Amino acid sequence: MYLYNLTLQQATGIVSAINGNFSSGKVQEIVVARGKILSLLRPDDLGKLQTLHSVEIFGCIRSLAQFRLTGAQKDYIVVGSDSGRIVILEYNKEKNVFDKVHQETFGKSGCRRIVPGQYLAIDPKGRAVMIGACEKQKLVYVLNRDTAARLTISSPLEAHKSHTIVYSICGVDCGFDNPIFASIELDYSEADQDSTGQAANEAQKHLTFYELDLGLNHVSRKWSEQVDNGANMLVTVPGGGDGPSGVLVCAENFVIYKNQGHPDVRAVIPRRADLPAERGVLIVSAATHKQKSMFFFLLQTEYGDIFKVTLEHGNEGVTELKIKYFDTIPVTASMCVLKTGFLFAASEFGNHALYQFQAIGDDPDVESSSSTLMETEEGFQPVFFQPRGLKNLVRIDQAESLMPIMDMKISNLFEEETPQIFSLCGRGPRSSLRILRPGLAISEMAVSQLPGVPSAVWTVKKNVSDAFDAYIVVSFANATLVLSIGETVEEVSDSGFLDTTPSLAVSLIGDDSLMQVHPNGIRHIREDGRINEWRTPGKRTIVKVGSNGLQVVIALSGGELIYFEVDMTGQLMEVEKHEMSGDVACLDIAPVPEGRQRSRFLAVGSYDNTIRILSLDPDDCMQILSVQSVSSPPESLLFLEVKASVGGEDGADHPANLFLNAGLQNGVLFRTVVDMVTGQLSDSRSRFLGLRAPKLFSVKVRGRPAMLCLSSRPWLGYIHQGHFLLTPLSYETLEFAASFSSDQCAEGVVAVAGDALRVFTIERLGETFNETAIPLRYTPRRKECFEAAGMGENGNGNVNEMGNGGDDEDKEDPLSDEQYGYPKAESNKWVSCIRILDPRTATTTCLLELQDSEAAFSVCTVNFHDKEYGALLAVGTAKGLQFWPKKSLVAGFIHIYRFLEDGRSLELLHKTQVEGVPLALCQFQGRLLAGIGSVLRLYDLGKKRLLRKCENKLFPNTIVSIHTYRDRIYVGDIQESFHFCKYRRDENQLYIFADDVVPRWLTVSYHIDFDTMAGADKFGNVYFVRLPQDVSDEIEEDPTGGKIKWEQGRLNGAPNKVEEIVQFHIGDVVTCLQKASLIPGGGECVLYGTVMGSLGALLPFTSRDDVDFFSHLEMHMRQEHPPLCGRDHMGYRSAYFPVKDVIDGDLCEQFPTLPLDLQRKIADELDRTPGEILKKLEEIRNKII
Amino acid sequence: QASDRFNINSQLEHLQAKYVGTGHADLNRFEWAVNIQRDSYASYIGHYPMLAYFAVAENESIGRERYNFMQ
Repeated sequence: MYLYNLTLQQATGIVSAINGNFSSGKVQEIVVARGKILSLLRPDDLGKLQTLHSVEIFGCIRSLAQFRLTGAQKDYIVVGSDSGRIVILEYNKEKNVFDKVHQETFGKSGCRRIVPGQYLAIDPKGRAVMIGACEKQKLVYVLNRDTAARLTISSPLEAHKSHTIVYSICGVDCGFDNPIFASIELDYSEADQDSTGQAANEAQKHLTFYELDLGLNHVSRKWSEQVDNGANMLVTVPGGGDGPSGVLVCAENFVIYKNQGHPDVRAVIPRRADLPAERGVLIVSAATHKQKSMFFFLLQTEYGDIFKVTLEHGNEGVTELKIKYFDTIPVTASMCVLKTGFLFAASEFGNHALYQFQAIGDDPDVESSSSTLMETEEGFQPVFFQPRGLKNLVRIDQAESLMPIMDMKISNLFEEETPQIFSLCGRGPRSSLRILRPGLAISEMAVSQLPGVPSAVWTVKKNVSDAFDAYIVVSFANATLVLSIGETVEEVSDSGFLDTTPSLAVSLIGDDSLMQVHPNGIRHIREDGRINEWRTPGKRTIVKVGSNGLQVVIALSGGELIYFEVDMTGQLMEVEKHEMSGDVACLDIAPVPEGRQRSRFLAVGSYDNTIRILSLDPDDCMQILSVQSVSSPPESLLFLEVKASVGGEDGADHPANLFLNAGLQNGVLFRTVVDMVTGQLSDSRSRFLGLRAPKLFSVKVRGRPAMLCLSSRPWLGYIHQGHFLLTPLSYETLEFAASFSSDQCAEGVVAVAGDALRVFTIERLGETFNETAIPLRYTPRRKECFEAAGMGENGNGNVNEMGNGGDDEDKEDPLSDEQYGYPKAESNKWVSCIRILDPRTATTTCLLELQDSEAAFSVCTVNFHDKEYGALLAVGTAKGLQFWPKKSLVAGFIHIYRFLEDGRSLELLHKTQVEGVPLALCQFQGRLLAGIGSVLRLYDLGKKRLLRKCENKLFPNTIVSIHTYRDRIYVGDIQESFHFCKYRRDENQLYIFADDVVPRWLTVSYHIDFDTMAGADKFGNVYFVRLPQDVSDEIEEDPTGGKIKWEQGRLNGAPNKVEEIVQFHIGDVVTCLQKASLIPGGGECVLYGTVMGSLGALLPFTSRDDVDFFSHLEMHMRQEHPPLCGRDHMGYRSAYFPVKDVIDGDLCEQFPTLPLDLQRKIADELDRTPGEILKKLEEIRNKII
Repeated sequence: QASDRFNINSQLEHLQAKYVGTGHADLNRFEWAVNIQRDSYASYIGHYPMLAYFAVAENESIGRERYNFMQ
């Protein structure tokens, strides 16, 4: 089996964020690292965050820093990753890519103890960069520029110190003196010699300054001093002319100002009043704001509170350090203060936000702490405060983040055309159930009922230069309704349109006149109100119309084409007639190229399954230029012109192209390139859109022409970051549509469906999924979807089992917990609940809170064989679970609930105490299988409790998953991968007949087929294991079921071993796997969701040819296009185990971003054209989504 | 023969000096375990998704989790 890995939704969580001017001098931008993705964001004028560019680097980004050479206008980006290389990037505005400026190798790849990359520090003047590892190694690179003002980088200078752990490093601002870097270090050499742990307790952290002597080109340890043992972070204090220089050391409960030869200035971090005394307060992220006259720091604690830190300084150094409570926002991974008065908060979990500063916390009333006030005889007096609502910040935008996806189920609960993805996201109070649908989100602006069932709708402007549309024209079976667009939309009768007949087309023609085509003629309404009518000859009627601003072609019944043009005086003149062989099914005229009088191409679709391109040039008018035969009669045609663009904001270079799109009656969209000169058709692609023939309409998206296809659901074809994308819209079936623009909505769509007129806009272009969120209270753990036993309309329910993440204690809080988090409690306190949600109405139908710090860990529905109660819900819980210092619990329970009211609520039947945490539950042959610690046990339902029937204690560690199929049981162990078991009814015995040879720390498992299991481990690998066919047959045929052999065992395990058939490193902890098909009629693929909030798919290849093609393409891509941050692609995908039989689609999909000559070179090697490769890539993507 | 062995030994010493955590013949159980643990923690800190995974399980912030692993 060969699989194709494709990321459907890129990770949404953020590891690290930096801000600066990356594209040019003035614009404030943010670069964020999302694990393996680097993207550039920019807040636009309205404060909305726009993603300008996003690139997968096939490596793990651990740190980011930006620097600027003195006098330069632009910031460079330094990336510390797992590649063992330091990479300096520059954003190229013209091409919209990150350019690699330098890449220097310094060590091994991977995230290792002594390989630098974990920390980055920059000299504030941009003269040097220090890159550090967790232990021992630190390297300093000197940055300079050569005569051509290009950035140069020196060879590395070592600042190693063995037996030290590094907590944080930062640059010290010392003006233009030699650059100094500060680091918090801990020397463990003594602790290592002493196994009693005494020396380890006495180990002391030091703050060390390293000086880079630019003259000698040498790094020396300049100064080292003891520092508080809770120290975890350093923040640079501006120096030189702007401030006192030195560093802020953030330690547990304290912030300390330190500098060489300067006494410490120390202040307590205020505590929340409800915080237990034994918990410290730790700063987790920091941002600095610096202006000409002042500077301050924003420090965020692990509880989300932001403090503003200011320093008072004079000639004699820093005299005072003040900490003031500022505001509380969800805990961030990074904060960026933008010069434009925004704060970008990259949340650890959940949505990211952009805040605007309202004030900078200068009011005197807020609780504050300072170094002089709080120092008393017996040490430091704690300061307390109460969090309050936002005062200094106001949120203006947020970016959705799925991080972390805890569980996911894909099913079609809403009975739509494609299944929905129900994912459990987030943590604690910010968690939610999100319903993802493939497609773009739309926002409906207006719906109004019409007097009849309309057949078509158009919008027209009064003049070419108008910004907005003037009329909406709706055609019914025997009438036309004209609505004028103003403050409100109302019916008018003075527009000049004929309203007693249906319309075939309405458009602006020439500069300022309107045209209405109805079955009996063309009505041409001039600007001054004069009306010209052209009547059809005889009894023939007009059936089809095609027009652009200057040309009109009508098709009469019987197949005659008449061509009109607008002449210099604005008159519509008949130019040419042409008899076609049969009736015309559809026609369209290409848009007029800029600076030209007319367009040259007319496309005519006929019922004999052909599309013809006719010329409209006066020289060879109505000559057939080319013919294309298609699989089914075309229903609708549309020319889409893609203007030539060279980079710019939106994408790579592409030459001007004219595409002819055809919606065929069998529901296929057929797309081909029209040669701009000869009219020849080439490079055709087709895609099935839905059950109805697609109708094509031209709309505008971000000022560019785009295409709306209305099949059984609407689709939008548009250009995004240089790619043509065709994505479904999450909206109901539409009949007819037109673009719409008014001052309330610049780029909308007006459409008719049923008897209603709808106006909507399309949002969040470029995203694959749109989501609906239902908030939850605690970290969701697991979820079960089930068909309720009842037969009612609303037969689908959705059970959510949720436990909290650890030590929350839920209290009534007047403030929103989403913003502030739950108060912390002792580590063995838990809250948890079981919730039944109805996803249709997004309401909770049942919510059971568990008492006495009991927490739910597993859930399943089970039908016991006596069928007395029907389906029951089993929930595994643990009471008083503690992970640290030793895993312990008071008791574990299995609750059995009965469904009431068609599965809308629950009733507890009984509760059975077990000795461990039941982490896995599964139904098996009318009984319940439970994995309790290392014991697999089979239970039957009793009156008062569950009855033990059989058990097997031979599992190595802890059972985390159980799947069953027929008489096989597939058990996943937390540390030792899968065990295949069998249950023998006659002997009442459970035994393991096969296991895996590789220790795998399973996070999730999924049953693929009788012999195959898919699993993911916590290191970010996905793998499939299969029982060899002969072993499987042997087991099935053996009357003892392999029992004799089982008693013998092999290699301290089961007698048979499963084989690994697929192995792939995703680079992100996979938390859910499911087999599903996201498109109607499409092949099934395995979908996965990860902690960082990305969704991906593994699609099995169906033909050997495809496997060959893609593996060769992947090979060439690896050679020609090495990943941006210097990690070897093959090495990355094989980080823990060698990659096996998976082709990386994410790498293949970077093919279009290569320069054209490189594309051609790779294509030549593959004996294809670049167009064919692109088509192949598009095809395989369309098989998945 | 003898020089060969000496050579290997010196190579090993060189490796031990260069790469922290390289084992040697006289490694005791405690040292071995400490090394393994340090390697694991360094790997957890380096891989952000893993850090996030632990943070969810323990209901701590990622920053706190990183700090705990560092200690």
